[in-house]
Amino acid sequence: MKIVYTRPKCLKPVPNHYCPGCGHSIIHRLICELVDEMNMRGRIICIPPAGCAVLAYNYFDFDVCESAHGRGCAIATGFKRAQPDRIIFTYQGDGDMAAIGTAETLHAANRGEKITSIFVNNAVYGMTGGQMAPTTMIGQKTTTSPYGRRTEVEGYPLKITELIATLPGAAYVVRTSLANPAKIRETKKAIKKAFEVQMAGAGYSLVEVLSPCPTNWKVSPREAFAYLEEKMEKEYPIGVMKDYTAKKDK
Amino acid sequence: MKGTDALGEAAIRAGCRCYFGYPITPQNEVPEYMSRRMQEVGGVFLQGESEIASINMVLGAAASGMRAMTSSSSPGISLKQEGLSFLAALELPAVIVNINRGGPGLGNIAPSQGDYYQATRGGGHGDYRMPVYAPAYVQELYDITMKSFDVADLYRTPVMILGDGMMGQIVEPIYLHERPDVEIPPKDYILDGAENRPSRIIKSLILDPVEMEEHNWKLKRKYDLMAHELPEWEEFMTNDAKLTIIAYGTAARIAKGAVKRARSEGLKVGLLRPITLWPFPEEAIRNLAKKTKLFLVFEMSTGQMIDDVRLAVEGKVPCEFYGRPGGVVPIPQEIARIIERYWLQKEL
Repeated sequence: MKIVYTRPKCLKPVPNHYCPGCGHSIIHRLICELVDEMNMRGRIICIPPAGCAVLAYNYFDFDVCESAHGRGCAIATGFKRAQPDRIIFTYQGDGDMAAIGTAETLHAANRGEKITSIFVNNAVYGMTGGQMAPTTMIGQKTTTSPYGRRTEVEGYPLKITELIATLPGAAYVVRTSLANPAKIRETKKAIKKAFEVQMAGAGYSLVEVLSPCPTNWKVSPREAFAYLEEKMEKEYPIGVMKDYTAKKDK
Repeated sequence: MKGTDALGEAAIRAGCRCYFGYPITPQNEVPEYMSRRMQEVGGVFLQGESEIASINMVLGAAASGMRAMTSSSSPGISLKQEGLSFLAALELPAVIVNINRGGPGLGNIAPSQGDYYQATRGGGHGDYRMPVYAPAYVQELYDITMKSFDVADLYRTPVMILGDGMMGQIVEPIYLHERPDVEIPPKDYILDGAENRPSRIIKSLILDPVEMEEHNWKLKRKYDLMAHELPEWEEFMTNDAKLTIIAYGTAARIAKGAVKRARSEGLKVGLLRPITLWPFPEEAIRNLAKKTKLFLVFEMSTGQMIDDVRLAVEGKVPCEFYGRPGGVVPIPQEIARIIERYWLQKEL
């Protein structure tokens, strides 16, 4: 019998704490598959966020260092400068990356730190119970925007990935989605490329992944995937925003 | 050698190979020195985008097994408190320099001792302590900086060096000795990729209160050990002193001049100078309380260390206070006058 599907070696064989329909477990798996396939376990270090994925070390069987909320890219900078031959990546949510950690993120990208960020955007603060995030969409109801996000009060969804794409230090910037299996495969390809860009020493690489949060969106997992495709992808168009390898080809 | 340069050179010779910091007066000479020297020794110098980023870069370098440091001044140290709490919780070694300036708020850039509480009470959140050294001479600043890296590694703790603009700017002849031979246990906690070993986690999140309590007690046992092993102080003419001044850092230099002046007039005055502010040299003060008639605490603040003196003295001897906050640096004659006043008032 041929084995066609198995648990990645780097993904610990334990039940996870994520809600049904949450995107984190999918992204965790993609990362672990890549760590196995690219043989990175012995030289990769992950810096997860404060947020739902704070417990990532319970699932990743490689080195993991906790971060204060938003400081991932600064800690990653410390790791990378101290150990330039290691592969360092941050795993961050929207609040971590684009609110409290905006400065750390933008400056690490602008310095061209040879690190990778996996930015999971689900447009809400998940772990704290569904409050408004910097990426919450206009009109979207959360526990702290109960009337829906109003631009005159709460301002606009922050597109930090587009911002980062304008920085010369960023070498590879892409937005993907988990809305269907084909897009999940694209996400894996993007993360793989981001690691390759880091290993090539080209600069900062960023993969924003649009990810469902059925619990805080107050929809079923199935509806969440539809919401992702119909609403999230409209506000946050998927695709490559910057690719230094494409430039070289021209 | 200038204080800030001595500090930088001592760090380099102690094996510090990662410096991260953000400019703030009056300590800019430290990052400037490090930016030159790190290049020469093949280390890492990086100017962070903020103090918050810098302390977290230190955290990443410390978790990589490097000797790492940052320096700043009062408002910048406030921003680093989150990182200090994490370093303490994660038990990561690092050296943090605070060149204390006048405050609160933006205050000014003159020498001050207003950050004593923040430094010794653990200015960040949570139940932690951190060794704090307060050198008073450039040679001592050099020696203490070197030692701080060893203390940080031996106890796996952040260590603070607390100075002020006077300490940083003063120029004194010093002996640039090499690092003393201190055996540092192997760093079996660092993250460098799980090559041929089980994966490691560096974390402070402990959701189960009972486990968290055990972690707090574990840290407490370490703090008790430090409280037992680390206190340092200098005593000057305390043996027969009826009035003993207690002062640290720049204030102690001034007080020493005042003590000499008082002695020349026949007044039996001495000085106890805490070198570690945490752990505080309580035992030494308790012993002096058996001999002296009056403690006079002099600080360049409105009175912070005096709390620790009173806790150590336990009411056995009266404790008076004289302070000059806001960046005012009094001359020894001023302190000598205060000494004379108390001498007459208390009929010593």
